Amino acid sequence: MFDYAPAPESVRPDIKEHYGLFIGGEFTDAADGAVFKSVNPSNEEVLFTVAEAGEADVAAAVAAARQAHETVWGPMSGAERGKYLFRIARLLQEKAREFAVAETLDNGKPIKETRDFDVPTAAQHFFYHAGWADKLSYAGVGANPKSLGVIGQVIPWNFPLLMLSWKIAPALACGNTVVLKPAETTPLTALMFAELCQEADLPPGVVNILPGAGAAGAAVVNSPVDKVAFTGSTAVGRAIAGAVAGSKKKVTLELGGKAANIVFDDAPIDQAVEGIVNGIFFNQGHVCCAGSRLLVQESIADEVLARLKDRIATLRVGDPLDKNTDVGAINSAEQLARITALTEAGEGEGAEVWQPSCDLPETGFWFRPTIFTGVQQSMRIAKEEIFGPVLSVLTFRTPDEAIAKANNTPYGLSAGVWTEKGSKILWAAQRLRAGVVWANTFNQFDAASPFGGLKESGYGREGGRQGLEAYLDV
Amino acid sequence: MGSILSGVEAASLVRSLPGVDAVGLEARAAGLATRSIKKESKAEAIDLAIGMIDLTTLEGADTPGKVRSLCAKAVRPDGDAPSTAAICVYGAQVATAKAALAGSGVKVASVATGFPAGQVPLEIRLADTESAVREGADEIDMVINRGAFLAGDLERVYHEIKAVKAAAGDARLKVILETGELVTYDNVRRASFLAMHAGADFIKTSTGKVGVNATLPVTLLMMQAVRDFRAETGVQVGVKPAGGIRNTKDAIKYLVTVNEILGDDWLSAHWFRFGASSLLNDLLMQRQKLKTGHYSGPDYVTVD
Repeated sequence: MFDYAPAPESVRPDIKEHYGLFIGGEFTDAADGAVFKSVNPSNEEVLFTVAEAGEADVAAAVAAARQAHETVWGPMSGAERGKYLFRIARLLQEKAREFAVAETLDNGKPIKETRDFDVPTAAQHFFYHAGWADKLSYAGVGANPKSLGVIGQVIPWNFPLLMLSWKIAPALACGNTVVLKPAETTPLTALMFAELCQEADLPPGVVNILPGAGAAGAAVVNSPVDKVAFTGSTAVGRAIAGAVAGSKKKVTLELGGKAANIVFDDAPIDQAVEGIVNGIFFNQGHVCCAGSRLLVQESIADEVLARLKDRIATLRVGDPLDKNTDVGAINSAEQLARITALTEAGEGEGAEVWQPSCDLPETGFWFRPTIFTGVQQSMRIAKEEIFGPVLSVLTFRTPDEAIAKANNTPYGLSAGVWTEKGSKILWAAQRLRAGVVWANTFNQFDAASPFGGLKESGYGREGGRQGLEAYLDV
Repeated sequence: MGSILSGVEAASLVRSLPGVDAVGLEARAAGLATRSIKKESKAEAIDLAIGMIDLTTLEGADTPGKVRSLCAKAVRPDGDAPSTAAICVYGAQVATAKAALAGSGVKVASVATGFPAGQVPLEIRLADTESAVREGADEIDMVINRGAFLAGDLERVYHEIKAVKAAAGDARLKVILETGELVTYDNVRRASFLAMHAGADFIKTSTGKVGVNATLPVTLLMMQAVRDFRAETGVQVGVKPAGGIRNTKDAIKYLVTVNEILGDDWLSAHWFRFGASSLLNDLLMQRQKLKTGHYSGPDYVTVD
């Protein structure tokens, strides 16, 4: 009866047909002339072509970053660096709509997320770290801490601009220069950020952006940088840790997760259902800290599941540029294949699958929000990171069993606890082995709050005072 | 409906309801408020909202002339715009409204039970209700005893609502919780269930006479309550946010919320109402804008 007419975002950013590598403050093509295409995952149309960095380009970028660190950025006072960061933050805010639309086009995530979360939070990271630039002596990491030098950074495709800001803002605030490789499928906002650095008159070489695939990432890791910062899969993280072992390079890794979202029988049910939905369907489940395992107390499992299904049936899946879209496109054909394979494995192992009956667009990469019930700890869908809109539902009988099941994973990035009892929240948080525990909420982020993992979810923290330490010689 | 529970049972049941997480509830409401309703769906929403208004005047200065003027507006707000659902007046104006609306299909709602405070003896509140019904009110908007509720005497609140329901006879009973005085979301949830178990046909947020009136999170919470109540008992209860909804944008946020929380079953004037006065003119101006492509102004809708 009450259908919403299409409400497409009308702003179109100025996307060029071709982008170069951003080295030493200039855009340049790859030394070997390699290029690749970036595709809009919601309709498979090619958005632009971009130079693909090779080893020679990485060497040139690291040299530019080294020179910028030694001659300009390193010697500059913290207050001056802070001014540049504030300028970048303000420019990001001014261009927020363009960045939001560009991110949606290149990544496939809904405009409502890029507009209300990705871009504002990215700007917040620059504002936050701009404030730290001249106060590093007071960060609690020792008097007069020094910058490390050149930082090699490799980021994933799930939050392209936001992960860029998590990496670049603290590095620059601490006096380092960076060579950053955005993900192969989502280089657009990083390249627009490079243009923004030009507009901000950031000294050449302070920020270098090198689009490319895994080989370019490996070249960055193996280049003579002083530190490597990586966000991505545990498999690649393990390879990076191996590659830098025995060198002087510092390393921080933010890797995968298989977070438990624990709902106790005294939880605020409607809000818990919202939290479950937000935990797994936010950003199509392409979130390392996604609440992909729902652990619900057996006594309320039926009620929670019934409400959850009703709620999921109201999610609007489709055109990411429509302002009313809740769930957008899967980022790539490769990721869609992985989600599909794991989902089939779940059915094969005997879990019961449920999906709403929503229509999906005919072109592009799409996957319906999916719930698996009757999931057991031993099944692949309970153990492996799916990185898609797929929720595995398990039950527990007692609080101890909930904690035991939640911790029964090699990962340890995040967890959620839902109960009206404050004492139970504190009890659970003390026992959960996860870098972040959300109580009666999920997927909340703030530049002032450190984020990072335990166990195979990585090491090092990003954000907050604690995040500065990873970029300082203390 | 005939209520199934005793007062003790109802009071005990609402005391055991799960809590409401305020942050989560407000985040959900804020999320619903970001829906972008454009073009033909906006036009449909505007006409739907007009037809759901209880066009209200509740002033000491209300006169038969003022009420007749408002009734004319309710029947024919503007051109081909639909009539409002009802007129909402004090008991003393019911006869005037009833006569002015005869044959129009627009209902007469009367506030009763010592509106707005309700701080008068029960027999007077019941007499107030009976009088309004006798004068021809189709709907009774009663206030709950917030004093008893806040003092913890839930059984008394329950029995008083039941008594008013009996006094209202065939008139549909809207139970005003006055959420601005109950303050907490937990209280709003308890009061909602208490009212529904006592026989409310509608639960309504506010009198419009206190500092905080209808808000989207409170109304969302009450919608969740009527949804859960129907799932448990099979009985459908309406929802009426009142006070503070002044423009089209706000009204559409409420309709989006009805749509996504309750669905089609509640998307009619029989199950959802807006208690409002100035809202109507803003809806009419937006309606003219959609038809003509340009904004008119307050001189192109009537003052009533």
